[in-house]
Amino acid sequence: MWLNQFLILGALLFCIGVYGVLARRNGVMMLMSIELILNAVNINFVAFGAFHGTPAGQVFALFVIAVAAAEVGVGLAIVLLIYRNRSSIDLESVDLLKG
Amino acid sequence: MTSVVLLAAETAAHAAEKAGWLLENAWIFPAIPFASFLIILLVGKRLPRKGAEVGVSALGLVFALAVVAGVQWINHVDAATSGAEEASSLNAAAPARPIQFFAEPSGEAAAGVEEEHAVTPVVSEWKSDWWTVGGVNFGVGTFVDGAAVMMLFVVGLVSLLVHIYSTDYVAGDVRFTHFFAFLSLFTASMLLLVLANNLVMFITAWELVGVCSFVLIGHWWEEKANSDAALKAFLTNRVGDIGLLIGMTTLFFTAGGGKTFNIEAINTAAASGTASHTALLVASLCLLAAVMSKSGQFALHTWLPDAMAGPTPVSALIHAATMVVAGVFMVARLYPVFFEGLSIAGSSLNLLAVMGGVTALVGGSLAFVQRDIKKVLAYSTVSQLGYMVMALGVGAWTAALFHLFTHAFFKACLFLGSGSVSHACNHSFDMKTDMGGLRRLMPRTHATFLIGALALSGAPFLSGFWSKDEILAGTGGFGLSEKANGTYHLMLVMGLITGGMTAAYMTRCYWLTFLGEWRGANSPNAHHAAPASSHDDAHAVAAAHDSHDTHDTHDTHGGLPHESGPRITVPLMVLAAMAFLATFANIPEKFTFVPEGWRLRFEHYIEPKAAYFPGISHAEFSPVIALLSILAAVGGSGAAVLYYRKVQATDPLATELAHGPTSRGGLPALGYNVLANKFYLDWLYNDVIVAFVKGPLARSANWFNQHILDGVVNGSATVSKHMAAFTYNVLDQRVVDGVVNGSGYGASEAGGLLRRMQSGRVQAYAALMFAAAAVLAAVFVLAI
Repeated sequence: MWLNQFLILGALLFCIGVYGVLARRNGVMMLMSIELILNAVNINFVAFGAFHGTPAGQVFALFVIAVAAAEVGVGLAIVLLIYRNRSSIDLESVDLLKG
Repeated sequence: MTSVVLLAAETAAHAAEKAGWLLENAWIFPAIPFASFLIILLVGKRLPRKGAEVGVSALGLVFALAVVAGVQWINHVDAATSGAEEASSLNAAAPARPIQFFAEPSGEAAAGVEEEHAVTPVVSEWKSDWWTVGGVNFGVGTFVDGAAVMMLFVVGLVSLLVHIYSTDYVAGDVRFTHFFAFLSLFTASMLLLVLANNLVMFITAWELVGVCSFVLIGHWWEEKANSDAALKAFLTNRVGDIGLLIGMTTLFFTAGGGKTFNIEAINTAAASGTASHTALLVASLCLLAAVMSKSGQFALHTWLPDAMAGPTPVSALIHAATMVVAGVFMVARLYPVFFEGLSIAGSSLNLLAVMGGVTALVGGSLAFVQRDIKKVLAYSTVSQLGYMVMALGVGAWTAALFHLFTHAFFKACLFLGSGSVSHACNHSFDMKTDMGGLRRLMPRTHATFLIGALALSGAPFLSGFWSKDEILAGTGGFGLSEKANGTYHLMLVMGLITGGMTAAYMTRCYWLTFLGEWRGANSPNAHHAAPASSHDDAHAVAAAHDSHDTHDTHDTHGGLPHESGPRITVPLMVLAAMAFLATFANIPEKFTFVPEGWRLRFEHYIEPKAAYFPGISHAEFSPVIALLSILAAVGGSGAAVLYYRKVQATDPLATELAHGPTSRGGLPALGYNVLANKFYLDWLYNDVIVAFVKGPLARSANWFNQHILDGVVNGSATVSKHMAAFTYNVLDQRVVDGVVNGSGYGASEAGGLLRRMQSGRVQAYAALMFAAAAVLAAVFVLAI
């Protein structure tokens, strides 16, 4: 087993996630892309943990999963409210903070 | 009060080991009336008696403590004289004080006097660094010796009696509370003055009593004459204060080892001869100016008679018994400076003695031509203060302080008596129009006034006779008395003439007030409405009448005067008793039929016997001088009696001969005019000095001002204007405003550019964030 394989997988996932966050206009899709980014990081954690022979990487991954669940909860609630106000979740039109 | 008595018993018992609690904590004396001042000022108007009860009880406490302090001091002196070894360890506050056996001027003098040991004064100093300037520490402390204890007693007693008297005299006055507040403040200041242990504290207290005097003279300031009198007193005192400041600064630098305000250090240096004689001479001459103004000595005495514009209790307390003796007390306190500076011992003439003698004569002569009973007493005070200063000038320190002691009682008695008389006589002080025949109408006032007048005139067996006689013996003139400090022939003559004049003018005053027929019924002052009511006290006391049912008879004119109430007569009786009892304070040594322990008590307990006091000699009682003084008094009094018998033979209501010597012209008329115009001193001050300042001097100053000063001022103003224009046009408009506007413009432009980044879209922000993270990652990877 090579560490590189896992790191390349994580990097690919991270890039897909970043693309999704920047390019998707749908709010839910953007949240899902964030999940991809987080999971890419998780893979890295677990891979490095296994490589060093310590369980610390898996513990960090578990914490990230827990935090991601909470983040998605808040994020979906925001998306839901945006939808109720505007009947749309197109992020292009959400620019009330424009300077 | 019982706790005070217990305290007294307890502390007196321990006096052998310690000097006494009160003597070491003498700060309590000024603290009590000062607290009373604050209380009266803050809550006085809300109290049932408008603050008077606070003042009276505070002064009662002060007097009781003063008596206790006197007992402790007597124990202290007894302990010191019973064993010199013990004396050195008596005072913990000053352990290393040298024991100096009293330097006797001649070997014989020591024989008659009991053995002399040093009596250490009780010095307490709490903060040796009250403040520090230029490396010199200024401390706060008290300096208690015999003279201070004596003054505590005098101030405490007279002030207490004046407070009691005032509760009746100024009752109902608009500023009743204010009056009591300032009486308390005055008492506190005076007590601070007598207890001060350094010259800075002394000056502070000196100025404080001056301020209180100013406030109380101008108590009824609505009348211009009163506020003028207050200002005159204040400004005249400022003249002397310049001398005080210069003199004390001289002492600061030259005496006491340099740079000290400590009174004991200065005195020790002066008495031991280590201080420069020239410096002491300069200092004592400057300090004389302060004595002149504060104690009403000749040439600056003119404020004192005018100060009678104040309420009578104030005149009695401040302008007769206590404050005006501050100058005398200052000389007594710094006596070595004067004694060495003016070379008093062995001399026959010096400025201090001449000043006192001239003042005694001038004051006595001016008292003859006054119609106002208070002014007679005021000039008499001037004259008696001159007597005290003369006594200090001839080296009779003890006699001077003894006269101060006795004078305080009988003069306060006379002043309060005159207030009582005026209270009954339509509030007038004019002896010629409103008085006469009061002997039967006011028996208690009459009796006390008579005792006071006799004591002042020097009638034998009353206190004034003894103190005056001691001064006359102290002059040592014509070899009539032994063991005097010098041979002051002139002073003996001046003293005797003044004694005769005193008896004569007091007889005149007594006769016009109490004998003959009452003249008030036909007086123009009988009606209150008359604004001409001759004295300043009148209107406010008249206002007081609304609250006094008993005084209604005054307002129905034609009613006879009647005796004053007990709050007025009891203080009079106490003071009259003191005028007699003070005799026993200093019975001459020659009176061997009196037990040893009763003779010269005043000298024994009051006079300092320590290194800080010069070795003065004490004149013996001289029967010849006593006889001469009695003759002078009887002669003066007899002449006055003969004159007034002649006057009354013509008309029972007359007060002067219709064709007396002064109305016939010639020398007597000239003399009368000089006296009536007060030796033209007021004319000199107002019309010559002030007019010169207002006239030619002011005009030339104006010219100088217009042409030279204004030129300089205008020139500098023009320069300033041009500089200001340059500053405005170039510096302010271009440089400063440029910087300010430029920074504002820059901020605005930068904001315009940056606001485009603020799109409000989440994904744009995310893109920026990822881009920045990518750049950061690149930097990490490439650089590290």
